[in-house]
Amino acid sequence: MIAEGGLAALWLAAVMAVLQLVLASSAVIGGRDEMARAVRPVAIAQGLLTALAMLCLILVFVQSDMSVLLVAENSHSLKPMIYKIAGAWGNHEGSMLLWVTILGLAGAAVAIFERRLDQRTLNATIGAQALIAMGFYAFLLFASNPFARLFPSPPDGNGLNPLLQDPGLAFHPPTLYVGYVGISVAFSFAVGALVTRDVGTAFARAMRPWVLGAWIFLTIGITAGSYWAYYELGWGGWWFWDPVENASLMPWLAATALLHSVSVLATRDGLRAWTIMLAVVAFSMSMIGTFLVRSGILTSVHAFAVDPKRGAFLLALLAIYIGGALTLFAARIGTVRQGNTFAVVSREGALVVNNLLLSVILGIVLIGTLYPLAAAGWGVQLSVGKPFFDKTVGPVALALVVFIAIGPLLRWRRDETQALLKRMTWPVAASCAALIVLVPFAWGAGILPLAALVLAAGLAVASVAPLWGRNLRRTPLFTWGMAVAHLGVAVSLAGMASDSAFTKETLAVLRQGETRAVGPYLVTMTGIRPVVGPNWSAVAADLSIRRGEGAPFILSPESRFFASPPTSTSESAIATRLDGQLYTVLGQPDGKGGWQVRLWWKPFVTLIWLGGGLIGLGGALSFIGRIRRRKRAVYDEYEEAVA
Amino acid sequence: MSLPRSATLRSALIRHPGLVPGSAKRQATAYEIVRQALRPGRPRHKAGVTVVVLALLASFATPAMAQQAPLADTQLSDPAQEAQAKALMETIRCVECQGQAISDSNADIAANMRSLIRERIKAGESPEQVRAWLIQRYGDYISYDPPLGGATWPLWAAPFVLLVIGIAIARSSFRRKR
Repeated sequence: MIAEGGLAALWLAAVMAVLQLVLASSAVIGGRDEMARAVRPVAIAQGLLTALAMLCLILVFVQSDMSVLLVAENSHSLKPMIYKIAGAWGNHEGSMLLWVTILGLAGAAVAIFERRLDQRTLNATIGAQALIAMGFYAFLLFASNPFARLFPSPPDGNGLNPLLQDPGLAFHPPTLYVGYVGISVAFSFAVGALVTRDVGTAFARAMRPWVLGAWIFLTIGITAGSYWAYYELGWGGWWFWDPVENASLMPWLAATALLHSVSVLATRDGLRAWTIMLAVVAFSMSMIGTFLVRSGILTSVHAFAVDPKRGAFLLALLAIYIGGALTLFAARIGTVRQGNTFAVVSREGALVVNNLLLSVILGIVLIGTLYPLAAAGWGVQLSVGKPFFDKTVGPVALALVVFIAIGPLLRWRRDETQALLKRMTWPVAASCAALIVLVPFAWGAGILPLAALVLAAGLAVASVAPLWGRNLRRTPLFTWGMAVAHLGVAVSLAGMASDSAFTKETLAVLRQGETRAVGPYLVTMTGIRPVVGPNWSAVAADLSIRRGEGAPFILSPESRFFASPPTSTSESAIATRLDGQLYTVLGQPDGKGGWQVRLWWKPFVTLIWLGGGLIGLGGALSFIGRIRRRKRAVYDEYEEAVA
Repeated sequence: MSLPRSATLRSALIRHPGLVPGSAKRQATAYEIVRQALRPGRPRHKAGVTVVVLALLASFATPAMAQQAPLADTQLSDPAQEAQAKALMETIRCVECQGQAISDSNADIAANMRSLIRERIKAGESPEQVRAWLIQRYGDYISYDPPLGGATWPLWAAPFVLLVIGIAIARSSFRRKR
């Protein structure tokens, strides 16, 4: 019954979306205000109904109700509870339901919290949100029903891919999805503003917290996903330029650019058309990402051709929404002036360059990701991966780092080159110092990691420079947020470069009692033992590890075997120290009493995710700062109105 | 009997080049023929398909697969050569996996190829020679670093084109000098 309840809730939510669109359009186009009053409650009802459907799906997974096809295919009664719950979104249908749930809840959040946006634009925004939702409801209900029953029901399920049975991955997709789909709000704002031709500073101020909110989740989601890949896949890599990763990176790049251009619009009333365009692009990237991941086109172009229904459906939605938004953009943008122009040497000048470089990176990642698919279309099989992106994105990203350092040190409107150079003294000094210290160590590692380390040092100093000489207690939170986020970029960049330049690798076959060195560590195999888990069995190696004269400690990497579905995974064992991580993996036995082990010493690798966390924290500080100021502004307006 | 999926067929053909003798192109053609023949809903030319499928299945059963590749996870004694081999492995695709380099894969075929690359580097070949040999044998698909050529020049030109377009757009945001 729960499954049917969920399906009913989903249908009702779809009906609400249609109603929402009708009400919003008649309010905006027909000017019927009595309709407008119902828009908000309907949007909230839609959000609650999708949440209810999602809850029902989680419930059937928790109960291990094998008569539901999705549960039988993806769950198992013996699985730990947390993975039963996570299993609800660890598959195609469930993840699409999560997608629309977040879409619905985002629409409801706009209806509840948005108070500053012009009423007509708000109605148009909520209408646009309903229009997006309708397409994806149709996709769920007609092509991906998560509540389909299975008869006769099997005694037990197939289980969840063991790689996904990890706490990191239980929460990584929901976080990423909140960001991914949260960007839809920016898209709807843009469509709403195009409909009412109301693009200006007030619009930008209203849109900013929404973009910021989605961006924080995207940042955290990507960071967490990268760390998951790092420790779970067992090869010590943290970014593979895999299309699925690129699918999450592209919305982030667009949202980052949008975040900065919306600041220019809010402060200086410039970059109007550009900001609207970016909002459309950002959500388009989310939808392209969803299409790439969910259509099966990446697994194999052939898989897509064999079962084209879902892929074609998503592709059609993509074409309708992106095409529709671009058509609206083209039709309306003539009446929206680009707004103020700027002096080159100014904060907004640096932000324009930031947007330019971020957009170029986005373009490169998009083309690099789609090119193999296009090439397959004309019969050429090729791969585009790390070497291409390193060579192309790398230099542009480093140029961007220079502008991240410069931007906050510039004043709005107009600044003097001389003054800027003076303010850049310390950052440049830090870079020079880093260069002198690092050259002897990092020379052999290549120009890119060395340049990255040198620039990271400069950026680290430059990012906190705006706080220099200020009364820190009276510094607005969003200034803190900017400093912390930019510092995070420097920290993360240093981690990436350090990992790439200084990692030490040792591959060895170890028998009991044998010792090998990796970096500053001596690793001794002290034993091999069996381990039994809730739904897996494993072989664990006990490695006794010593650094210099320090006390030895034990790391126990495992090779796990899952019975359902039958799969083996390697569980790495990692020791985190202030100056890096020791990463150990157990491989295969050699049949003669020895075991293959892979050992890495990765100096300062943790900075990558620490930096990602700082970027997210900076976003959160800015968000709180903006919300607070916004509340005060609303209050001031109220005071003025009363007076 | 359920037939192996096209991905498995493809990798079988790549793993056992002897199965369909000749160039990578001929193998690709053979792969395409098998795939077309196995497409659901297509009338099957039974005899031919059965022979190919049986040959493929037989090839799976051979112990060649289980053979331990000696240099798959053994580093070369010369650190410079090992660094070269490692850097090359990070840019070679594991044909059997989903978007993984052979340096990051547990698959047998990736282990074989790691061993192959270390052998050739040890024998004194340059990484680019090894890459060229791999591309000649398996096609452009094998290299994550797409070689500049007829089909890839738009890809390599894209960053520059994007930069030029971007600068043109950004210029319009700046005030003209009076």
